[in-house]
Amino acid sequence: MATMTMAKALNAALADAMLDDERVLVFGEDVGQLGGVFRITDGLQARFGDKRCFDTPLAEAGIVGFAVGLAMSGLRPVVEMQFDAFAYPAFEQIASHVAKLRNRTRGSLSVPIVIRVPYAGGIGGVEHHCDSSEAYYAHTPGLKVVTPATVEDAYSLLREAIEDPDPVVFMEPKKLYFSSAEAELPARTAPFGTAVVRRPGTDATLVAYGPAVPVAMEAAEAAREEGWDLEVVDVRTIVPFDDGTVAASVRRTGRCVVIQEAQGFAGVGAEIAARVQERCFHALHAPVLRVSGLDIPYPAPMLEHTHLPSVDRVLDTVARLQWDDQPDARWLSQGSAA
Amino acid sequence: MTTTPQAVRRASPRTRRPATPAAPDPSAGLLPQAEPVRLLNPDGTALPSRADCPEPPVEALREMYRRMVVGRRFDVQATALTKQGRLAVYPSSRGQEACQVGAILALRDDDWVFPTYRESMALTSRGIDPVEVLTLLRGDWHCGYDPAQRHTAPQCTPLATQCVHAAGLAYGESYQGRDTVALAFIGDGATSEGDFHEGVNFAAVFKAPVVYFVQNNKYAISVPLSRQTAAPSLAYKGVGYGVPSEQVDGNDPVAVLAVLTRAVAHARAGHGPYLVEAHTYRMEPHTNADDATRYRDADEVEAWRDRDPVARLETYLRAKGVLDDAAVAAIAEEAEAYAADLRERMNAQPTVDPLSLFDHVYAEPTPQLVEQREQVRAELAAARDSEGDA
Repeated sequence: MATMTMAKALNAALADAMLDDERVLVFGEDVGQLGGVFRITDGLQARFGDKRCFDTPLAEAGIVGFAVGLAMSGLRPVVEMQFDAFAYPAFEQIASHVAKLRNRTRGSLSVPIVIRVPYAGGIGGVEHHCDSSEAYYAHTPGLKVVTPATVEDAYSLLREAIEDPDPVVFMEPKKLYFSSAEAELPARTAPFGTAVVRRPGTDATLVAYGPAVPVAMEAAEAAREEGWDLEVVDVRTIVPFDDGTVAASVRRTGRCVVIQEAQGFAGVGAEIAARVQERCFHALHAPVLRVSGLDIPYPAPMLEHTHLPSVDRVLDTVARLQWDDQPDARWLSQGSAA
Repeated sequence: MTTTPQAVRRASPRTRRPATPAAPDPSAGLLPQAEPVRLLNPDGTALPSRADCPEPPVEALREMYRRMVVGRRFDVQATALTKQGRLAVYPSSRGQEACQVGAILALRDDDWVFPTYRESMALTSRGIDPVEVLTLLRGDWHCGYDPAQRHTAPQCTPLATQCVHAAGLAYGESYQGRDTVALAFIGDGATSEGDFHEGVNFAAVFKAPVVYFVQNNKYAISVPLSRQTAAPSLAYKGVGYGVPSEQVDGNDPVAVLAVLTRAVAHARAGHGPYLVEAHTYRMEPHTNADDATRYRDADEVEAWRDRDPVARLETYLRAKGVLDDAAVAAIAEEAEAYAADLRERMNAQPTVDPLSLFDHVYAEPTPQLVEQREQVRAELAAARDSEGDA
């Protein structure tokens, strides 16, 4: 075991994948000589040569479309979008081709590529550097959408993404890049489609993914002082989603709060809340509540902490989970006959 | 010393400064010729041969004629099938036969083609079953043929996105030691899309063996070329990316095949991409659902009728003594039989399986898709039961 950062684990996953499979090519903006602005591709060009790890023209649609063509020729591209919001020019390629090529061609062609997207905020980034864009991808059938919250998951999920026969949008929480933990590589954690209980508890379930997982863990720890024993479930792979693990947890605890850093409206958390409610209605003692970012464009750095889901906001929400069987005052004024 | 060495040098006739040689023009070999390459007059008579564009072998031209005649008949039949409700829509390429067939003839079977929705004729000319080609437009699936087997990407309806795929595929092929060439079709309107520029640029930077073949048929649905570009010609778009480019009379079959053969050879030899603009005209509306009289007048269409590529090649081959009445009749008969077979097979109602909707979203369906498939299966069973009760 050694202490390492998530950035280092991701770097190791890329290196090991390139070592194991010579079809794997890593490319994007600044990923070669520089090693990426977050250094996730550090050293890959020196080790594997500039035919396997290379810089491209600064054009995201071009990068993703080029990867589609390379995949058609039998290669395994892993591309980096430098920042979440800079991936938007590639959205047509992702939504119309990456996600659909297998289906359009009844399996004749497939797109086994990985699109790495450093995403979300909490790093004091200026505008267009902190978007939580996972819902756009999760809403697009044909894509798998994966987001690690731990160091070992970062390694294992990226290896699995590169080996997967389908396209994977691999969302890397920027604020966790330099979080560190004891890890032994090569780690293989639970496969795609598996959510994991990070912390067992009996009173309520916090469901979170990516950058919200550490917030949920911290909130669960703090909740002990309030007398609540909270369970934390890390979603890990938004698509495919593990209904079983989430529903089993909520049936045990009877209460659920879904936490996401992204703005809330029509987000992944809304989908999870709906799925929990559909599956666990008779086990629920309270409505499923959500904690999310505000429904605003991502704020300027000095205001981002108002936007981001905080431990306090999570605890305030847990407090509204019908512990005393009283109507939630927050909703009383809405939709009343008066 | 009373004179400086410099003064001595200036004084010496032997060291007189020679006339500065012109700096090499960095755009040399990149810009197209000022006029489109043309080897036949519009009436089919031959123009003088030219060293930069050798005429293709006569057997190739005879084959081109055959495929153009069959292709046109296919196109007319497909338009007719829309009127019978057998096709949801059909974008015709009548008038563009020289481009549709020339591109295919310039390639090997193992080369890759990246077609748009208007390339149905090119695909049937490549030997793909016309029923499979028309599957997209009949509506029983998106792509009816096997792209991997035919080395032909699905017909692309988002504009210009295929330009980048062609760059990636071609680079991937050469990276793996194969000498495959990719040819990407694109129309005049789509050269305004970002992906055209990104595709050409990626291909150039990575020296990918791609031929970008612009069929400039003058209109993007209703919008004329003057609204797409202020460039002297679309072939001028290559120079900015360092890509050699040429323009050709797209209704001159001999010139089209000659120029595309040169472009493909350039790419296959490892010199990187090549851009060809063919000046042509679609004789039909954008699709059967379009009304072209709203944006172009009859005189313009009539003028292009005089440049018909099929008649032009026929006149030329007859004059050359390699095509006679019997051969023309035999090819016409083949075309009729092709259309009759297509008509008959398209009259059969295709079977579709709703449960197949879940088969190819992923290599393995997600648990959610498995659930939805079960739901649809139950719905279908219930519908069958209620039909049985009725």
